[in-house]
Amino acid sequence: MTSSVTLQKLVPWIVGAALIALPFVYGDPYHLHILILILIWSFAYTSWSMMGRFGLVSLGHGGFMGVGAYVTALLWNHLGVSPWVGIPIALVCAGALALVVAYPCFRFRITGHYFALVTLALSGIVLQIITATRDWTGGSLGYTPSRTTGSHLAALQFDDKTTWYLIALGVWAGGLLIWYWVDRSMDRYALEAISEDEDAAAAAGVNVTFEKLKITVISALMTAFAGAMYCQYQMFISPDTVSGIAISLQMVFAVVVGGIYVAMGPTVGAIITIMLAEGLRVGFGTKAVGWDNLVYGVLLVVFIIFLPKGILGSLLARIRSSSKR
Amino acid sequence: MMEYFDIYLLEAMVNGLLLGGVLALLALGLNLIFGVIDVVWICYAELIMIGMYGMYYLVQYYGLSYYAAAPLTILLVAFLGLMLHFLVIEPLLDAAPINQLLATGGVLFFLQSFATVAFGIDFRNLGIRLPVLAIGDMYFSYSRLLAFVAALAGMVVVYLFMTRTYMGTAIRAISQDRQIMALMGVDTRKLYLVTSALGGGLAGLAACLLVLQYDVHPFVGLSFGPITFLIVVLGGLGNFVGGFVAAFLFAEIISLGGLFSDLEWGYVLAFAFFIIMMFIRPAGLLARRS
Repeated sequence: MTSSVTLQKLVPWIVGAALIALPFVYGDPYHLHILILILIWSFAYTSWSMMGRFGLVSLGHGGFMGVGAYVTALLWNHLGVSPWVGIPIALVCAGALALVVAYPCFRFRITGHYFALVTLALSGIVLQIITATRDWTGGSLGYTPSRTTGSHLAALQFDDKTTWYLIALGVWAGGLLIWYWVDRSMDRYALEAISEDEDAAAAAGVNVTFEKLKITVISALMTAFAGAMYCQYQMFISPDTVSGIAISLQMVFAVVVGGIYVAMGPTVGAIITIMLAEGLRVGFGTKAVGWDNLVYGVLLVVFIIFLPKGILGSLLARIRSSSKR
Repeated sequence: MMEYFDIYLLEAMVNGLLLGGVLALLALGLNLIFGVIDVVWICYAELIMIGMYGMYYLVQYYGLSYYAAAPLTILLVAFLGLMLHFLVIEPLLDAAPINQLLATGGVLFFLQSFATVAFGIDFRNLGIRLPVLAIGDMYFSYSRLLAFVAALAGMVVVYLFMTRTYMGTAIRAISQDRQIMALMGVDTRKLYLVTSALGGGLAGLAACLLVLQYDVHPFVGLSFGPITFLIVVLGGLGNFVGGFVAAFLFAEIISLGGLFSDLEWGYVLAFAFFIIMMFIRPAGLLARRS
């Protein structure tokens, strides 16, 4: 009994050490690139699941991601502000946006369908603003942060895949830490109570509006950070890759497939979706355009009908129930 | 100078009115589905996109005339609506409401990429160019006028169906109380299927009208889908009159905003208006305060 507990405690450290050591042992740039993308998107999906697991289904996270990416890039290109300053500013913008949209929603008890549709409007707004201000943002053609001529560190631009891998790994681990921090806090119980029954939770002394706002802002800040990271790594952003309804739905999809109620669910979702897209792209080339989303769409419907806890969630539930017997 | 400005203003206002008719038709279909089945079809605009492709192929490949192709398209999309309910919504009727919304989100992905795979990403149009109507210095396209009239006619037909037929009465009753109606011996499953087909049919009608104004491509749904959801929420989900009023309000804002700047800024203005209205009237424009 005691040995299995210590083993369980050791597993994250062993896996962590292996992940850190990986790029020094195996340095294939293409595989590292895929890993970096998986880590960055895992972080983004984790940030969505922060509020998604409490029944706050937002379709506006594409908007937060767009703000994170575009504010950082615009400040760098037009004002020469380093991402070290630009990213915090972008986070403040995303947080303010989250407050402006979420406060009336929660104050006036807009939940469920309504909340999803209002946040859907948010991703629409951000996409339209980016397209409409094409003189600055390049519109739907996309936008590239200009290459630095000075310090790579100050510009947060690295040509080296290993550096990016370690940064993405750190960001991803940070996301998981925040997930566990919320999971072990009192807020988790308050939010679970709210998702079951708002009136009962309020009667029990839970400040419903404040608790929901708190988790929404945390989730929005993380998503914006993911957007900024994606921008700094890819060095190219377009309204379709970092904002809009498609990205919001992609987040929902990955989390639902992986498992919405478990910490590693979004990561499993990211691995599955990115491997699927890459596999189809490598296997079928340009003929595969559209096929990955076709499979996503069918999978999303099938999962919601037959496996609403997601792959990892269902797996863990099965292991737990069999070990109890 | 002032005179010209006024004419442009009037032209924009009338164009806004014409746009409002089509938007009201879109909102009606979504409201019908939500009011009766309590489900939001996120993929509503994608059903319209498939309908637009239907029109394109019927007219361009099979050489049908526009007026012969339109009823076929309406039937096609009505069938799609039926299948959507049968395959996706029905297994989820007892699940959390948000799961139904997400499942239709999956259908959105599916339809978009299906169109990409099957029809390619080229922009296609019917090749029908309707003349432009000139009144004084103002110009209105016939396609918009036709869309406006047909949308209004479609809405009147739905209104008559809902108030004058036995089936319509049953649908209205079920939207008021789901449980009791089943106890009264009403086949709710059949009513849901009829409603889904009707909602799909409205999407098909919208497809026939929009194909005159827009080029078809797999992502065309995104250019009017989000705005439809805003209208429906602003009017109050399931509130037919509210959706109607909100559609014309939005159309005027887009049209007038587009007059002073780009069309996108018209959309941005409309979105901003939406968020402000959510502060003031969170349950919809015409909601009674409870």
